Amino acid sequence: MAQSMVNTEKLKASNKQAGRKIGGTVAILVFLIVLGLFMLFPIYLMIVMAIKPVEELFIFPPKLHAINPTLNNFKDMFEVMHQNRVPFSRYVFNSVLVTATVTILQCFFASMAAFVLAKCKFPGNKILNSIIVVALLYQSNVIYIMQYIVMAKLHMIDTYWALILPAIASPMGLFLMRQSIGQVPDAMIEAAKVDGAGLFRICWQIVMPNQKPALMTLIIFAFQAAWNIQSGTVVFQEQYKTLTTVATQAASAGLARAGVAMAAQVFVFIPPIVVFMLAQRQVIETMAHSGIKD
Amino acid sequence: MAKIAAEDIGKRTKQEERRMMWHSVKQNKACYLMLAPFMLFFLVFTIVPVVMSLPMGFTDFNMAQAPKFIGLSNYTTLFLSDKIFVKSIRVTIVFALFTGPLSYVLCFLLAWLINELHPKLKTLFTLIFYAPSMAPVYTTWQMIFSGDMNGYANSFLINLGLANSPIQWLTDANYVLGVTIIVQLWISLGAGFLALRAGFQNIDRSMYEAGAIEGIRNRWQELIYIVIPSMGPQLMFAAVMQIVSSFTAGTVAQNLVGFPSTDYKAHTIMTHAFDYGWVRYEMGYASAICMILFVVMYLLNKLISKVLSKYMD
Repeated sequence: MAQSMVNTEKLKASNKQAGRKIGGTVAILVFLIVLGLFMLFPIYLMIVMAIKPVEELFIFPPKLHAINPTLNNFKDMFEVMHQNRVPFSRYVFNSVLVTATVTILQCFFASMAAFVLAKCKFPGNKILNSIIVVALLYQSNVIYIMQYIVMAKLHMIDTYWALILPAIASPMGLFLMRQSIGQVPDAMIEAAKVDGAGLFRICWQIVMPNQKPALMTLIIFAFQAAWNIQSGTVVFQEQYKTLTTVATQAASAGLARAGVAMAAQVFVFIPPIVVFMLAQRQVIETMAHSGIKD
Repeated sequence: MAKIAAEDIGKRTKQEERRMMWHSVKQNKACYLMLAPFMLFFLVFTIVPVVMSLPMGFTDFNMAQAPKFIGLSNYTTLFLSDKIFVKSIRVTIVFALFTGPLSYVLCFLLAWLINELHPKLKTLFTLIFYAPSMAPVYTTWQMIFSGDMNGYANSFLINLGLANSPIQWLTDANYVLGVTIIVQLWISLGAGFLALRAGFQNIDRSMYEAGAIEGIRNRWQELIYIVIPSMGPQLMFAAVMQIVSSFTAGTVAQNLVGFPSTDYKAHTIMTHAFDYGWVRYEMGYASAICMILFVVMYLLNKLISKVLSKYMD
């Protein structure tokens, strides 16, 4: 009884922490750590495998750490990649070009379209909104063939266009932004309209600055998808291949390259992690205070 | 002059309606302009291929010759004589039942729990849980579940005395599906999870404070009265993502337990489509399989959005 009195008194304080017990936080932390270890274990193994010398990969009993850690696997991977007719820097250039273009254009186009679909009434709005969801649900392996036919008709095969253009309009990205922008109070947009702002300005100066969490999440998705584009099926000349494609190729040569395969996986994994960390920090720094509520 | 029926008075003629429509299209020119860049690429690289692929299910198409129209015979074969397809339906349902709801709840629960932490820990834990989506390392899972004593799972169990001999995780018909489900759950904290994390970040802090004043006593009440009602759109997004990933799962099984898996124990509908599409080049048949899967997912999505919108409003 007395305790609940204290509790209610605490709750009266407008501090959000008032109702929180320290025990709850500790329990949450323990739960997250245990589950986190399970999630991390295979990734930890991947990194350990990448720095193990080949002879250590198949010893018994399996070790959870490398006895003589080495960077030889990475060296071998780069050597294999250097053996191609095209200089290594070309792959780096290709990857940067494709990833940057796709990420920027995808975020830019999807945000604008999402704003219109979420907040404007015009003929066709409802249909377009449901087409986006249907496109997400329609997963057919025949699409890739049809996509290839379209690209061939547009003479895009074996050019950068084949890597960049199909990745720009992602229904998932649009859907994500649309869901998030839908939460912006209409009053905010109406106010801007009354002040005489055009749609384009409302989108980028009023709505998008409040959409940092969703936009940063979209950047993570877009970067990850663009970085992992496997160019092998639409681009056949060495000079247009991306880093990811070549690293995967270097890895796919059987057991002798088991170490290289792991090194390639770690190598391909690094840029998305870096982008993830940068973007996620932005998400977390956001403190939502729109000031207007419906 | 034409006679006007009594009930038609006050109604617009078709022509007038068309003119009104055209007028409102012109009025919303800015909307269409802002949609145009996305829709252009979406039309060319998604809509056109999808529309082109729709009729494929009614044809016999081996990629070498032009598709030949064969009516519904792909569909009748699927349900009446393809025993493996019927089996794959069962596997897909079991698979989706285990991975779909569980990973959906996990996505939400973890996103929420992480939200309670210090900002530095937030980034760290979000990274840890999302990392498998960035690096789905089937090779290390194969090493963990390797069938000899070298496998981490086996050597762990034998050392503890829980098993006498190595278990054939990846080939024993009893374990194949279970192992696949575990790995699928491991990579399932993907897009839906991140979207929910972003959604939590968007909840106005003052909402919690107001809640505390109005007598919200603990985290559970806060969850039910404040958090869930303001997360509707993100919950919907995560639901769609989770439906897609749990019903179209196939790559995990193919990479982990091989293709085809022992006794078709991990043979999902998508694996079946892969088999006919990319192994046997029977694209028409593969299209029909995908079409059935699409209809199921579409209906499920309708159902879930109905349920969710009921709780949101």
